[in-house]
Amino acid sequence: MNNSQWKNPGDRRARKERLFKGCAIGLTTFSLVILVVLVGHVVVAGFSYLSLDFLTSFPSRFAHKAGIKSALAGSFWLMGLVFLISVPLGIASAIYLEEYNRKGKLSRFIEINIANLAGVPSIVYGIIGLAVFVRFFHLQRSLLAGALTMSLLILPVIIIAAREAIRAVPKNIRLGAYALGATRWQTVIHHVLPAAAPGILTGVILAMSRALGETAPLIMIGALTYVAFVPAGPMDPFTALPIQIFNWASRPQAEFHEVAAAGIIVLLIFLLVLNSAAVWLRHRASKKIRW
Amino acid sequence: MKRLFITGLSLAGFLILTACGNSANNKSISSLTGTVKVDGSSTVFPITEAVAEEFGKIYPKVRVTVGISGTGGGFKKYVIGETDINDASRPIKGSEIKKATENGIEFIELPIAFDGLSVVVNRANNWVDQLTVAELNLIWKAGSHVQQWSDIRPEWPSKPIHLFGPGTDSGTFDYFTEAINGKAQSCRSDFSKSEDDNVLVQGIAGDRYALGFFGFAYYQENTDKLKVVPIDGGKGPVAPSVTTINDGSYQPLSRPIFIYVKPESAKREEVRTFVNFYLDHAPELVGEVGYVALPTEAYDHDRLRFKDVKTGSLFSGKETIGLKIEDILKAG
Repeated sequence: MNNSQWKNPGDRRARKERLFKGCAIGLTTFSLVILVVLVGHVVVAGFSYLSLDFLTSFPSRFAHKAGIKSALAGSFWLMGLVFLISVPLGIASAIYLEEYNRKGKLSRFIEINIANLAGVPSIVYGIIGLAVFVRFFHLQRSLLAGALTMSLLILPVIIIAAREAIRAVPKNIRLGAYALGATRWQTVIHHVLPAAAPGILTGVILAMSRALGETAPLIMIGALTYVAFVPAGPMDPFTALPIQIFNWASRPQAEFHEVAAAGIIVLLIFLLVLNSAAVWLRHRASKKIRW
Repeated sequence: MKRLFITGLSLAGFLILTACGNSANNKSISSLTGTVKVDGSSTVFPITEAVAEEFGKIYPKVRVTVGISGTGGGFKKYVIGETDINDASRPIKGSEIKKATENGIEFIELPIAFDGLSVVVNRANNWVDQLTVAELNLIWKAGSHVQQWSDIRPEWPSKPIHLFGPGTDSGTFDYFTEAINGKAQSCRSDFSKSEDDNVLVQGIAGDRYALGFFGFAYYQENTDKLKVVPIDGGKGPVAPSVTTINDGSYQPLSRPIFIYVKPESAKREEVRTFVNFYLDHAPELVGEVGYVALPTEAYDHDRLRFKDVKTGSLFSGKETIGLKIEDILKAG
């Protein structure tokens, strides 16, 4: 330690503090500006194409007639199916791993693998989906095959989020329940899950948002480029928002880039609605916890 | 938690219901139902898309799907029976016929338009006025040493040449390499590839030192962004245009493009109706999206071949350059 530090310790610390604060503000502003520029660009480009007709028309080779109906319906279907498949599976796995499974080598092995799976590139899930669901199980290029592939993709995320949420429930709650003679099942269903619900929900919604925006696995399993009908069941062929947007954006005509921008706005609104629903549900769920 | 779960379930249910409800407001003109699955070449895609869109106005209940996987990628699906129709920008290959036969899958080969494979450069490129076939070969042959424009002609700029071309699953790639390098798929590999021609257009339009090739329609759509290079096949430089493609003077890069229909699928009324609609409306739609329509006689032959379920290929592995398409069809 040299003497100068002892002389003016407050000064130096305050300077560091100001410097760090400045950095933090600068970086936040930077990312915000990028976001605003991106969203602003998309809104300016796409706004003129945004109308009720855009939502209720099928794709077309003429930009002014092109609509997003089949892609929107495809994405709705996909999200519904993914939700039904991945949420029960994910939460059940998390409960088993946290509450029932004895901690040991096997459990650690599973844990590491799930964490690894969460980091696997999405195209790999597309290849698995193509080999297993499309070809082996003969699901063809259907919504169900797409939903199963997407579910595989987001399951690790849901499991990890749900496990964290369950682990965060204080041990006393469980012990209290056991002391009163509750079984493990009763403890989990009446106490642990309600307490963990907000955290689980956040994980689920984040995972669903990711599934909504993913393109690579869907292209891999062969979701289609031109679809001019609304799927009527889980075995129907389909297209989805990101694929439709990709198709428009890659067309040479400039008008189609504006149509693509309009598609992006729809996708963003969809995401925003999903996330707001999450915030609201989370708020409601956390209000109900009373110990 | 229970209520939460129910909320979630009903949310999912609502999503599904709204998705279903959308189909109610279709106008019904013909009550024909069914599905027609098409996949394959991105070169042929604009034609099939246009046909599918027009078809949907009259037969709204027939569900036509069109994918883009490249001619080869499309045939991979076709030969295992996953699709009804394959868009192809080159004739089916011997190896693909073999695979199809192994799986008991046949095909009716129907030429539907002419394409003049177009070699293009950036709009700001002011030095290239024409290229000979020999120069194209010099640029594109396997192991080519051309790295700069000046490697082609010394008076051209000493700037690196950026090459763009369709991916190896593409029929356009097969045709180009066969016509220019003498053997399909024999080509240098250090160029930017995409199965989607639009990506190539964007790449070349944004790069002054770029050179690439793709189907005529994609040039037609982008004449304001790209400059087409006249090709000298031995009889002086010729630029691709409706006239030069039609009269056969744009050589050796003019070629017919096809759809391949599975006879098994053609037994279904919706597929049969779609293919006949395709052949009836091809002459007008082919021109609209930027290709060159075949002579009327050729479409008549197509209709007959389709009606009589004539399977097998007249074009596969044969030298058809310089032959009139209606004569080839008549001979078959």
